Amino acid sequence: MEHYLSLAMKAIFVENMALAFFLGMCSFLAVSRKVETAIGLGVAVIFVLGLTTPLNQFLVENFLEEGALAWIPGGESVNLSFLSYLVLIGTIAATVQVVEMAIDRYLPALYGSLGVFLPLIAVNCAILGGALFMVQRDYTFGEAAVYGVGSGVGWFLAIVALAAVRERLRYSDVPPPLRGLGITFITVGLMAIAFMSFSGIQL
Amino acid sequence: MSKQNEILLDPLIDNNPIGLQVLGICSALAVTTQLDKAIVMTFAVMFVLAASNVIISLLRNQIPGSVRIIAQLTIIASLVMIADQFLRAFLYEISLQLSVFVGLIITNCIIMGRAEAFAMQNKPWPAFLDAIGNSAGYGLVLIAVAIPRELLGSGKLFGVTVLQTVSEGGWYVQNGFMVMAPAAFILIGIFIWAVRAYRPEQVEEEFHVGALFEPGYEGDLR
Repeated sequence: MEHYLSLAMKAIFVENMALAFFLGMCSFLAVSRKVETAIGLGVAVIFVLGLTTPLNQFLVENFLEEGALAWIPGGESVNLSFLSYLVLIGTIAATVQVVEMAIDRYLPALYGSLGVFLPLIAVNCAILGGALFMVQRDYTFGEAAVYGVGSGVGWFLAIVALAAVRERLRYSDVPPPLRGLGITFITVGLMAIAFMSFSGIQL
Repeated sequence: MSKQNEILLDPLIDNNPIGLQVLGICSALAVTTQLDKAIVMTFAVMFVLAASNVIISLLRNQIPGSVRIIAQLTIIASLVMIADQFLRAFLYEISLQLSVFVGLIITNCIIMGRAEAFAMQNKPWPAFLDAIGNSAGYGLVLIAVAIPRELLGSGKLFGVTVLQTVSEGGWYVQNGFMVMAPAAFILIGIFIWAVRAYRPEQVEEEFHVGALFEPGYEGDLR
């Protein structure tokens, strides 16, 4: 239990997807103009990361790793890990598609607020990044689930915080060439400095 | 001829993929701690982007609109696999340092963005030029950010000592901040500032890419 808690803390704060690894930056910068939309996208990211990371872990462990196909006669020496990129992104794109259709069918209210973000998420680097880190660090199924949700929550926190700062920024007198993208980058840089103070925290 | 030049040169400054189109930022920030990493990454992106633009442009009349994202992702993922296997075979050290960021070329928005915005509507040759131009524009920003980060952060360029650091008996006190994550954000912010001060027509007013994703936008999202 403690192990999972510490993993979650690490994923949320210390190794924040957006601020420490720069993942999901495109949508992080593009969709952080308003807190409301930032919350919508953030929730969608938590949802998809929490779903696809354990799913990918299952696929990698049982089909792709060296020796994973030992349950097929003659499969002991097969190593399909070079296929991992294709499988990971395929799973993510397919999951997003299925989730989108399911929400549309059964939860129309949620679809109204989340729906537009789901197609965007298939190409959000944070999702694929989560899967790749999971593979690189050899997480078990449970760890992958905790890591997926945790890093999603971290990304959510970062984008909501940035959106809140940007809403206030609208009233300040920024030099014209720095307006928009430039000042946003510098703001994110300052936020990343703040998040660095979490490093070293262990439970 | 001038049209082709325009496609090739426009993305360098005037329509830079990172500075103006806000694409491909994730990897731009993560691989710029050392110059050699940045250059290897640029070439990997150039290869993937050029090949994917040409292939998608060749198939543009065959790919049905409803599954185009998945079709594009499959093509891109296969090309990234080739690039990754190549790096592991011939540049193993650097591929270890790049770690997950080679795989993340798949979701690098520049590649999807150019496939969607250019390759789906154009013939292979212009698509190829567009790919070279955009990846060169991407590389330009990477190199411009990597030089100060490596030089000030560890006193080296390409791993060769330029400013001898105190720990090696020299005079230069390393700026540890430069090799950390926040420095990359701030340097790119300053880079954009410099470009826009030089080209005032790029200054943003109300419209922003983000508007595309906000509720009420009447465009084609899917």
